Amino acid sequence: MPSFVITEKCDGCMGRDKTACMYICPHDLMALNPDTRKGFNQEPEQCWECYNCVKICPQQAIEIRCYADLAPLGGSVIPMMGSDTIMWTVKFRNGNLKRFKFPNRTVAAGQVDIYSDSFTGDVSKIKEPGFFTHQARGDSLPTPSGNP
Amino acid sequence: MEAKTNNWEHCEKPEIVVHETDILLIGGGMACCGAAYETDRWATSQGLRITMVDKAATDRSGAVAQGLSAINTYLGENSPEDYVRYVRQDLMGITREDLVYDLGRHVDDSVHKFEEWGLPIWKTTEDGRRLDGAAAKRSEPSLEDGGKPVRSGRWQIMINGESYKVVVAEAAKLALENNRKATGVEQNHFERVFIVKLLKDRNDPDRIAGAVGFSVREQKLYVFKCKAALLAAGGAVNVFKTRATGEGQGRAWFPVWNAGSTYAMAAELGAELTMMENRFVPTRFKDGYGPVGAWFLLFKAKATNALGEEYEVTNKEGARKLYGDYVDNMGTCMRNHLMIQDMKDGKGPIKIHTDKAMQTLAETMTPREIKHLEAEAWEDFLDMTVAQAGVWAANNVEPEKTPSELMPSEPYLLGSHAGCAGIWVSGPEDIGPDEYHWGYNRMTTVKGLFTAGDGVGASGHKFSSGSHSEGRIAGKSLVSFLLDHRDDDPQFSEDHEELAKEVFMPMETWGKYNKYTTDANINPYYIRPRMLQQRLQKCMDDYVGGVGTWYMTSGTMLDEGFKYLEMIKEDSQHMCAENLHELLRAWENYHRIVAGEAHARHIRFREETRYPGYYYRGDHLAIDDENWKCFVNSRYDKESNTWDLFKRTYHQLVS
Repeated sequence: MPSFVITEKCDGCMGRDKTACMYICPHDLMALNPDTRKGFNQEPEQCWECYNCVKICPQQAIEIRCYADLAPLGGSVIPMMGSDTIMWTVKFRNGNLKRFKFPNRTVAAGQVDIYSDSFTGDVSKIKEPGFFTHQARGDSLPTPSGNP
Repeated sequence: MEAKTNNWEHCEKPEIVVHETDILLIGGGMACCGAAYETDRWATSQGLRITMVDKAATDRSGAVAQGLSAINTYLGENSPEDYVRYVRQDLMGITREDLVYDLGRHVDDSVHKFEEWGLPIWKTTEDGRRLDGAAAKRSEPSLEDGGKPVRSGRWQIMINGESYKVVVAEAAKLALENNRKATGVEQNHFERVFIVKLLKDRNDPDRIAGAVGFSVREQKLYVFKCKAALLAAGGAVNVFKTRATGEGQGRAWFPVWNAGSTYAMAAELGAELTMMENRFVPTRFKDGYGPVGAWFLLFKAKATNALGEEYEVTNKEGARKLYGDYVDNMGTCMRNHLMIQDMKDGKGPIKIHTDKAMQTLAETMTPREIKHLEAEAWEDFLDMTVAQAGVWAANNVEPEKTPSELMPSEPYLLGSHAGCAGIWVSGPEDIGPDEYHWGYNRMTTVKGLFTAGDGVGASGHKFSSGSHSEGRIAGKSLVSFLLDHRDDDPQFSEDHEELAKEVFMPMETWGKYNKYTTDANINPYYIRPRMLQQRLQKCMDDYVGGVGTWYMTSGTMLDEGFKYLEMIKEDSQHMCAENLHELLRAWENYHRIVAGEAHARHIRFREETRYPGYYYRGDHLAIDDENWKCFVNSRYDKESNTWDLFKRTYHQLVS
C-alpha cells in the first residue's frame, strides 16, 4: 500500500504524546483518520518503503505490502526493534522463512555524549583549516602535494 | 488563464510566527546535522544563535532516513590526493579539486565521531576474520585507535547502519539544545516546517536575510530572519518519469522526499549553479533498486548479458571511438553505457550472478561461516533498501541460488553520490586558484548563503560521511563569516502578510473552486500537485533524456521541451491544495520544476556527451575535451524568467 495499518491493532496512539507513525514518516504520508482514530497511509504511491513507521509503531500495527505494480503477492519482510538490535523475518511467496538479527547501535538511545572531549573552538584561529576537533588535538591539515 | 489571487476568502488565514536567529540551518539530513554539531563549538561561546528547520523528523530525515549498510567515504590509509584522483576519474575529468581535497582531509573525523556515538562499524581481526560492529566494539580498537575496518572497496567500509541517522541526529540535537540554553532561546529546532523560499536583503540583493515556510501540521506561516544560512535540503527525485508505473513510483533509488528544494531556492535567490547538466543514473537490482556495491566489491559478483558475456569487456573497444581514453577509467557512467549497449541490442536481461559469487565464497567456508555470509548479504538490503528484500521474497529469489536482474534507474539530480549537480561555492582558503575564492569556504555567490552535501556542485562522492563533514566545514565557515560581519543587520523587504498569501495560495484556490465540479480531481480551474508532477515527469522523460528514450536527447528535442516546461511553470501557479499535506506537495513540485529546468538548460548548453550512460546529446555524441573540459554554470533571474549560461575554468590541482 505500501505501508498499511492493521485495523484491529492500531489504537491511534491514544494516550500517547504523539501519533508515532505520523511523527516519524519522512514524507508526511501517515495520517490519522478523524472518524476511526486510526492511522493510514494517505499517499501510497509516494511511499519509499523506508519502514520507519513499521519500526516505530508501539502496537506493531503497521506492515508493508510490496509495491503491487512490480512485485507478486505473498512475500513479507517484518522487523522487530530491540534496544540495540533489529530482528528481521523474511517470508517468501512460497512460504519459506528466513530470520536475521543485526546490531544497530553500541551506545543506548539517549546516552550519546558529544561533550566527552570538552573542546571549544578557538575563534581567533577560525580561519585555519580543520574542525574544532583537529584544532584541539593540534592536527595540522595537509595541502595538495606536487604540481600537476 | 486568469491569475490566481488570495484574499483569504476560502482559506483560513494562518498564524504568522516570526523567528529571529543568527544561523539558519535549512534541512535536517547529514549535512545540517554535521553543521549543528560543529557550529555549536564555535558559535555558542560567541552568543550566536543556531536554528534548524527540518520538513520531517530529524531522527529519520534526509537520505539516510532508512539506514545504510556502508560508509562510502573513509580515507583511512589513503591520501586526499588519491581521493581527488578517484573522484575526478569517476566524474569524467571535471571536478572542483579544491573542494574534493578539502573534504578528503576532513572526512575521517566525522566517521570517528559516528563510531564514538554508537554506530556499529565492522572490523577485521588480526587473523583476518570479519566481525560485526557490536562484536568489534567488544574486542577491537576503534577506528581512531587503529582498528581495521572491513573494506568493501578502497573507500568504503561496512557498518551495521540501520539506526545510522538516529545516532547522528541525537548528536545534532544535543548540540542544538546546548546552543539554545546558552543563548536563551525558547525553540531552535523546528520539525515539520517546510521552507519554500529564501529572502534577500533589501539593501543588498546579493545577500540573504531570511526564509519563509509553513508548518505541515498547523495552519502557521513561519518567517525566519537570519544573518546567514546553510541550505542543505538534499537532491532531486521524481523529476523524471519513473520506471515503476503505479505505487512503485515511490520506490526511487534516492529518497523520494528529495524535491530539488536546494537547487530551486538557491537558483531563485540568484545563486550561481554549476554542473546541473550532471545527473545520476544508478544501475541497481531491478525494481527494488537495492545496492550493488557490496555484491560487486565485497562478494566479487560478476554481471553479464544473457549470452554470458561481460559487457564491460566486450563493449569496451567499441566505446573508444567516441570516448577515447575515458573508457579505460571506467567511471560509473561509462559502466552504465557499456551495459546499456547490450540492453538496446536485445542481449538482456543483464544479470548479476549472486549465486556464483556465493558458491565460490562458500567453497572454503564452514557451514557456520556460510550462514554468516548469507546474513551479511541480506543485511546489505535490510539496512538500507528493505524493499529490495521484499522484491526478492515476493519473487522467491534466494541470492545464493538465483541470479538477479540489473537495471539502470530513472535519472536523479544530486551532488553527494556518483554525480555532481549543485551550487557553485567558494573554496577552502588555503587551496586552489583565486578564481575559486570570493569569500568563505562553501559560501555560494550569495553573501551569507552556504551549502553542503547535495547542494555543493562539481564535487561528488561525498556520500553520508562526506555530507556530514561538509556540513561541518560549511558551518564553521559560516561562523567565520558572521564574526567578520557582526554589525550586519540584513532585512528583507517582503511583507509578512503578502508572503502568507503567496505561500497559502494553493489552499485558497482549492477552497474557491473545488465545489465547481462533482469530482474535485477534475476541475478546469486548477491542477492537483500530483498531476503537475506527472506532467513534469512526462516532459522531462520525453524531451530531456529519460528512460523512455534510453537517456537520449538533443538540442532540437530540448528546444521543443522548453515550450512545454514553460507552460508547466505557468500552471504551477494554478496548483491547489486541499490540506497542508497537499500544500507541501505543491511547493515540493514547484521546486522540482525549477530544478528540472536548470538540468535541461545546462544539458542544452553543453554541446557534447560528457556522461555517456547518464545521458546522451544525439547531436554531439562524443566527449569534446577541447571545448568542454570546463564547468558549465548558470544564473537564473526570477524576475525576467531568464537563464544565463556560461563556462568556468577547470583547474587541475592534483597530478
